[in-house]
Amino acid sequence: MHELGATQAVLQTALETAREAGHGRVLAVDLVVGELSTIVDDSVQFYFDLLSRGTAAEGARLRFRRVPGEATCLECGHRYGVRPPLDPACPACASPLLRVSGGQQFLIDSIEVDDEGSGGQGDPEGE
Amino acid sequence: MKVPVVKEILKANDRVADENRSRFDAAGVRVVNVMASPGAGKTSLILATAARLRGLRPGVIEGDVASSLDAETIAAHDIPVVQINTGGSCHLDAPMVQAALPHLPLQEIDLLFIENVGNLICPASYALGADLALVIGSVPEGHDKPYKYPGIFAKADVVLLNKADLVDVFAFDAEYFARGVRMVNPEVPIFIVSCRSGEGLEEWTAWLHQWLGAGAADEALAAAVAETAAAEVGPE
Repeated sequence: MHELGATQAVLQTALETAREAGHGRVLAVDLVVGELSTIVDDSVQFYFDLLSRGTAAEGARLRFRRVPGEATCLECGHRYGVRPPLDPACPACASPLLRVSGGQQFLIDSIEVDDEGSGGQGDPEGE
Repeated sequence: MKVPVVKEILKANDRVADENRSRFDAAGVRVVNVMASPGAGKTSLILATAARLRGLRPGVIEGDVASSLDAETIAAHDIPVVQINTGGSCHLDAPMVQAALPHLPLQEIDLLFIENVGNLICPASYALGADLALVIGSVPEGHDKPYKYPGIFAKADVVLLNKADLVDVFAFDAEYFARGVRMVNPEVPIFIVSCRSGEGLEEWTAWLHQWLGAGAADEALAAAVAETAAAEVGPE
């Protein structure tokens, strides 16, 4: 259900962007998802396919770029990418004193629209 | 062609959250977003905290997927409460809170608790317009929760570990729990409490009063207990 609300926001932004760019169809949406943001790719695509039916984004592909969180060991300084569940000890020195930052993003990076779209005629959503 | 966007996906929610915050500020209401698993003791902790508020008037927004059981429990204590049923959604969002506001006497409330839907995942992503993010863990859930759900602990302004009376029963390692929290949120205060035994509630509410800026006498007490609490569960 988390993904449903998020996907509605993705679709809305994609349609607005396509409209402002004066193009017809949304072909793909590039998303940046932090590994700590708990967003499930398949679930977002599933809702997107349902919600986008009959809109200018119908059939668009969602491309996910996953960004890990970054752990830093306070004892040995080792830095490495992490995703949940977090390992309670540093893989280099086994210290439990770690700091994790980042990996919380959930962004639309860009949207790919059809160059030969509707050419600005009519309502792009009405296709 | 590619059109660059670079936009936070939940920006629309954040805008409404800002509107909520303005309304709360205008009414002089401080707001706590209470997040935890189902059964961690959100309602019990709200009641226990409300009972210890010195001269401050509490109010509650109850978020649940369905039912008004928790709201009835709160109302039985003569605390103004409004129920939001999310109709299946696993978290509250800012528009839901906004829709609930006309049903609350904001002018008669000093501290508003928003009890989020029981869930350690989704509520973390949705700002509501609250001033304080309170995340409650509880002993029976196990001490691995910060490692499995780091996102919500990273967003916490204060963490309570409830059901401290069960630490021995569940062989709960409070230090391991605290280390996991501090991994993603180094400075966050952690209080170990039990609504059942009352343990830790004075320290927690003293901290809360200090946060609210209520009274210099409380401040000294809160500083003292915060130090004790940090020493108990802080990283070695």
